[in-house]
Amino acid sequence: MAASFDYEEPASYEDVGVGQRQQADLGYDPNFVPDSVKTFVGHLYRHIREKNVYEIHQMYEGSFQKLSDRMFKESPWPSVDAVAPYVDHDHVFCLLYREMWFRHLYARLSPTPKQRIDSWDNYCSLFQVVLHGVVNMQLPNQWLWDMVDEFVYQFQSFCQYRAKMKNKTEQEIELLRQYDQAWNVYGVLNFLQALVEKSTIIQILEQEKEGLEQFTATDGYDYNGGSNVLKVLGYFSMVGLLRVHCLLGDYHTGLKCLLPIDISQSGGVYTSVIGSHITTIYHYGFANLMLRRYVEAIREFSKILIYIFKTKQYHQKSPQYEQILKKNEQMYALLAICLSLCPQGKLVAEDVNTQLKEKYGEKMLRMQRYDDEAYALYDELFSYACPKFITPSAPVYEQPLVNYNQDAYRLQLKLFLYEVKQQQLLSGVRTFLKLYSTIPIGKLATYMEVDEPTVRSILLTYKHKTHAVDSDGKIASNADVDFYIDDDMIHVVESKSTKRYGDYFMRHILKLEEIINEMDRVKMD
Amino acid sequence: MGREREVQKQPISYTVEQLISVNPYNPDILPDLENYVNEQVSSQTYSLDANLCLLRLYQFEPERMSIQIVARILVKALMAMPAPDFSLCLFLIPERVQMEEQFKTLIVLSHYLETARFRQFWDEASKNRSIVEVVPGFEQAIQAYAIHVLSLTYQKVPRSVLAEAINIEGLSLDKFLEHQIANAGWVIEKGHGRGQLITLPRNEFNQPELKKSTADSIPLEHVTRIFPILS
Repeated sequence: MAASFDYEEPASYEDVGVGQRQQADLGYDPNFVPDSVKTFVGHLYRHIREKNVYEIHQMYEGSFQKLSDRMFKESPWPSVDAVAPYVDHDHVFCLLYREMWFRHLYARLSPTPKQRIDSWDNYCSLFQVVLHGVVNMQLPNQWLWDMVDEFVYQFQSFCQYRAKMKNKTEQEIELLRQYDQAWNVYGVLNFLQALVEKSTIIQILEQEKEGLEQFTATDGYDYNGGSNVLKVLGYFSMVGLLRVHCLLGDYHTGLKCLLPIDISQSGGVYTSVIGSHITTIYHYGFANLMLRRYVEAIREFSKILIYIFKTKQYHQKSPQYEQILKKNEQMYALLAICLSLCPQGKLVAEDVNTQLKEKYGEKMLRMQRYDDEAYALYDELFSYACPKFITPSAPVYEQPLVNYNQDAYRLQLKLFLYEVKQQQLLSGVRTFLKLYSTIPIGKLATYMEVDEPTVRSILLTYKHKTHAVDSDGKIASNADVDFYIDDDMIHVVESKSTKRYGDYFMRHILKLEEIINEMDRVKMD
Repeated sequence: MGREREVQKQPISYTVEQLISVNPYNPDILPDLENYVNEQVSSQTYSLDANLCLLRLYQFEPERMSIQIVARILVKALMAMPAPDFSLCLFLIPERVQMEEQFKTLIVLSHYLETARFRQFWDEASKNRSIVEVVPGFEQAIQAYAIHVLSLTYQKVPRSVLAEAINIEGLSLDKFLEHQIANAGWVIEKGHGRGQLITLPRNEFNQPELKKSTADSIPLEHVTRIFPILS
């Protein structure tokens, strides 16, 4: 069932060889540099040297896409060696160019096995240069985010590719054996970790809280002539680590990596790029879902979905637009799962609720029933919306070659459905509890058609499953309906939605201050 | 239970916790982490982070995996209930490994605990002493979990329900109750007709009225944001 839900990578990504053929058919000459490309790299190189972030951003987001659409729809950009003469053979610029070159190739064509390995080598060189502090440029956050994002994506893509062993040619297997360090999981994690550490971003964020350092306020840019590259790459690497750990099924560690970023505070640097904002919250929410912290997941999904709902139109021209829409849909599916397990609809913003009803209203009703069809729906939504889990270990070449690219996904799905099954009787209890203010255990047992000890177990299960325990042992209630038992009598406690006046006033005090400041700044002519 | 490794008393320059925080993605620390699991078993301590780190290294290099160590990690994770540690570990253990007989047993045990079926749990545990009893403190840890769930749920719990959940009866239970009365604020009263009724200490979960006071409070750090405006 799961396979029908887009779990597989698009065929074109994996179909080795097609890319090469296409490139050959169209007469792609890697050494031919059209004038427009000469101008493009020349200008980009100059703007980077002059630290003109605004212009760099325009060229990176705008011109690069336009040229790609116009001239390199079905072929790669000119090779780095061919453009090097137009940029003084600048080492760092050539690494950056090649990173974009591979990114374009992955997005529009399909990488050959060798190209995957070469791209890894390029990341190694690029990150090493950054880690050694040789880079003194100032790059747009968007670009820096794209690097980390693409690095993790290509790692994921490589793992998926490698795990499909069945149809590999001998040459491919030889290549994999020869370059066994390429996209090695230790290497990937250690690069991300090294970027976090070398950038001292965790300390910077700590010091910022004490007012000793500015990072968030300047969106990570350095206005004193320094470079933002290492710092911001380090920052985004924390999101990268969260994502890699989620792909491995290590949700606890993933969330721990993100800890230095306080996502309850608005305006963090991760929100400065829409892709980073979505990736962060998607994985944060997913990890919390798997840890049974439904309220936390619901709250953050709701926040980002309302944000996308309101700002979607500004991203229509962005190359990430389709990706935004896809993650948007996936997060609605995850939200539907969370709310089916933990019906706290009042935590969800109104517009999001309306959208959710439209998309999943009917399915969510059926998911409450806990019959086979309901499980099938949990399976369907999970499979559609989960990350593309990976098996990080290399294949055992001595054994018969089998595909193992679905193993990791199947395990996570199975364990998730196991959890759903453990909660299967809770929605029944919930329904009954809502009808009474007090009810004897015996009576509830009769209604639920089970014996008394079973009802006691179900009630204990309800309490256990609705009370999440976080890593420092603090208990947080996710219960929408709560109760306590006095001997044989269940007392139901109506959950009143407490209005949070405090927060409301705080927000508006800040907003008013902002407006007043804004008005002060406006000088009348 | 196979080989029992002696915990070697070597002078180590780094503690395992330090090793993990300095370099968590280092295959060389695998033996240290394995020793650390055994140390946690013998000294009745626990480190989820260290154990997840080890399971991660096993995931990266399955050929280095020790089934016995994984089993110990899982028993320790069961003992950490109500925390979701057991699932966290399973997420990292390949399915074919989970098919091993002793892991199947542990998964069943976890299922009983997750669904608060303590009678079945204790029955099953007694049939599998060889798996759980190698870890000291197992019984007490599960009893603590049972009491945790009971305290979330009951203001007053019948003696028989408590007895079943913690698997203590008769005189031993009397002794246990005495201890709890002296140390944890439990109170015993006569139930109507049959048996004793035990009043558990109140908390915001078995007495939801206690919760309201905190519902509309604002954390200090949020207030600090308007300090510049107020000054």
